[in-house]
Amino acid sequence: MAGLFARGRTSLVGRLIGTFIGQSRTVAGVLVWIGIAVVLAILVLAVLAPFIAPFDPNTKVASPELAPGGPFLMGTDRAGQDVLSRIIWGSRVPLAIIAVSTTISLVLGLPLGLLSGFAGGRLDRGILLVMDSIYAFPGLLLAIAIAAIIGRGILNISFAIAVVYVPTYFRVIRNHVASVKQEPYVEAAIALGMPRRRVIGRYILPNVAQSIPVIFSVNAADAVLTEAGLAVLGLGLPPGIPDWGFDISLNWQRFDSSWWATFFPGLFIMILTTALTFVGEGLNDILNPLLRKKEYKAGAQA
Amino acid sequence: MPRSTASLRAYVITRVILMVPMLVLLLTFTFIILRVAPGDPVSTIFGERGNPVVIDRIKTELGLYDPLYIQYFRYLRDVFTGNMGTSILTNRPVIDEISSRMPATIELTFSSMFVASVLGIGLGTFAGTRRDRLPDFATRLYGAVAYNIPIFWFGLILKLVFAVWLGWLPVSGRFSPRLSPPPTVTGLYTIDSLLAGNLPAFVDAVAHLILPSLTLGIVLSGFFVRITRVNVIHAMGSDYVEAARARGIPDRSVFFRHGLKNALVPVVTTMGLTFALLFSGAILTETVFSFEGMGRFVYLAISYRDYPAIQGAVVYYGILMVIISLGIDIVNAFVDPRIRY
Repeated sequence: MAGLFARGRTSLVGRLIGTFIGQSRTVAGVLVWIGIAVVLAILVLAVLAPFIAPFDPNTKVASPELAPGGPFLMGTDRAGQDVLSRIIWGSRVPLAIIAVSTTISLVLGLPLGLLSGFAGGRLDRGILLVMDSIYAFPGLLLAIAIAAIIGRGILNISFAIAVVYVPTYFRVIRNHVASVKQEPYVEAAIALGMPRRRVIGRYILPNVAQSIPVIFSVNAADAVLTEAGLAVLGLGLPPGIPDWGFDISLNWQRFDSSWWATFFPGLFIMILTTALTFVGEGLNDILNPLLRKKEYKAGAQA
Repeated sequence: MPRSTASLRAYVITRVILMVPMLVLLLTFTFIILRVAPGDPVSTIFGERGNPVVIDRIKTELGLYDPLYIQYFRYLRDVFTGNMGTSILTNRPVIDEISSRMPATIELTFSSMFVASVLGIGLGTFAGTRRDRLPDFATRLYGAVAYNIPIFWFGLILKLVFAVWLGWLPVSGRFSPRLSPPPTVTGLYTIDSLLAGNLPAFVDAVAHLILPSLTLGIVLSGFFVRITRVNVIHAMGSDYVEAARARGIPDRSVFFRHGLKNALVPVVTTMGLTFALLFSGAILTETVFSFEGMGRFVYLAISYRDYPAIQGAVVYYGILMVIISLGIDIVNAFVDPRIRY
């Protein structure tokens, strides 16, 4: 089983890297590279936070609401903490939320999608109905309801966000499975009496795996925005953990007198989410052959 | 023709009947989240410092010690009889609170949808017809950035620039305190003031709506740009557009009558899906602008840990979404005969 997984994955990663390099001169290719570079930069920021941050993020280092300048490149916030240091440390939260919440969504959405797409019939319709109801519900409100009940903390918040995005994973994977199932080689495998579990593991899963990176990067951006929304509404992480969303909620009421304490955290949220979307859009263009006419034309000319 | 009308009617009737299981499913789901999920609302509300005696009393009052199935049926009965409890914060029935705030959210939602569709469809068409050239790249950049702006933060910036610094528009609220609001007919200030023939009130209500709907509309337009662009590209590359060109129909007319018209059908149908996004965004937008709608109610309910109000809001939004999705499906069936049964 493990061997099969590894084979599916390496071929996918290899293909992706190959396509990236081949496409690096198209718009999609450029966007992907910019996106990857920005996400990596923020990752470095998060890992090296203890070494780069000029001040302790949770200590009052100067008088409150100092304008940017001098030792405080981005000024100080309402509590007299250094905004830049809090931004550097705060990059850890969205990355952690992305990692945990997308993993939870995937762990719930992938098996359900495989089951629903492969089984079809009544079971499929039943799961679809439940997933569609969740999908139709305003995501932030759902996350609010869950977060209000299960309380604060990275795991809790990630879980609240994950529930919102399970239907996205489910939908994409289910539709993909349903179409792959019609392929002659899958029908042949079933007709030859191959056990269902092996058909799924050997033929369907490796095929479906290629839609995961796209959903991942789209969901990752949404997860960051949802976390920020929860934080602004007072349902984020407990105080003491530097977090971009929390910093907005702490300072926004003083926006007209000390704009920097709210502006910079928001800017960084936007940079991260936009970069993630670039990665997703680029991946989608590369993996979705419907929009890839340009490549065919180029091939015909060559 | 009569056959297709009959099939449309059959579709509408089936969809209306299907609403009942969808509603029950949704209410059950809400119940599971709010009651069955690990963790208990009252303890979360009061935190670890809460007085156990008080917590115990409130839990008894809310019936949280009863068996789950009894709680479940009581909850369904309460929802269907419109009894969603009393808000801890305002001490008014939650249902009254919701119905008095609903028009504000409807006003905001519709004006934002207007902003988003004008911007999104306009820019998306612009980009789609100039594929892979600089305008296309710029518009895609706009789409990606707009969709990813933290909406709360964006609202704050618009407010600071246009209301505080430039002073062009009101800072917050739905209506100036110096004017008296129009008599309530629909609850929508814009419509009520027009009905009353009160022009200054109408101008005031619109002025208060501009910044919140721009905030929400611009963010949502990012989504519209993307789907419009893809669909325009798809339609303009299709066989029927090629055929129209081959017949010597002028480019303008090919574009408007064959390309754009067909490209917009999927755009209009996906618009329905964006209502969920709109309501999420409205919660944050209303909070920034102190716009007294449902979203602001949710924010206040959370801040004061007003559990009945949170539950009421979730149930209310759920019902609203079921009704909206019914409406969208009917519109889709009307536009696209293939959907009907």
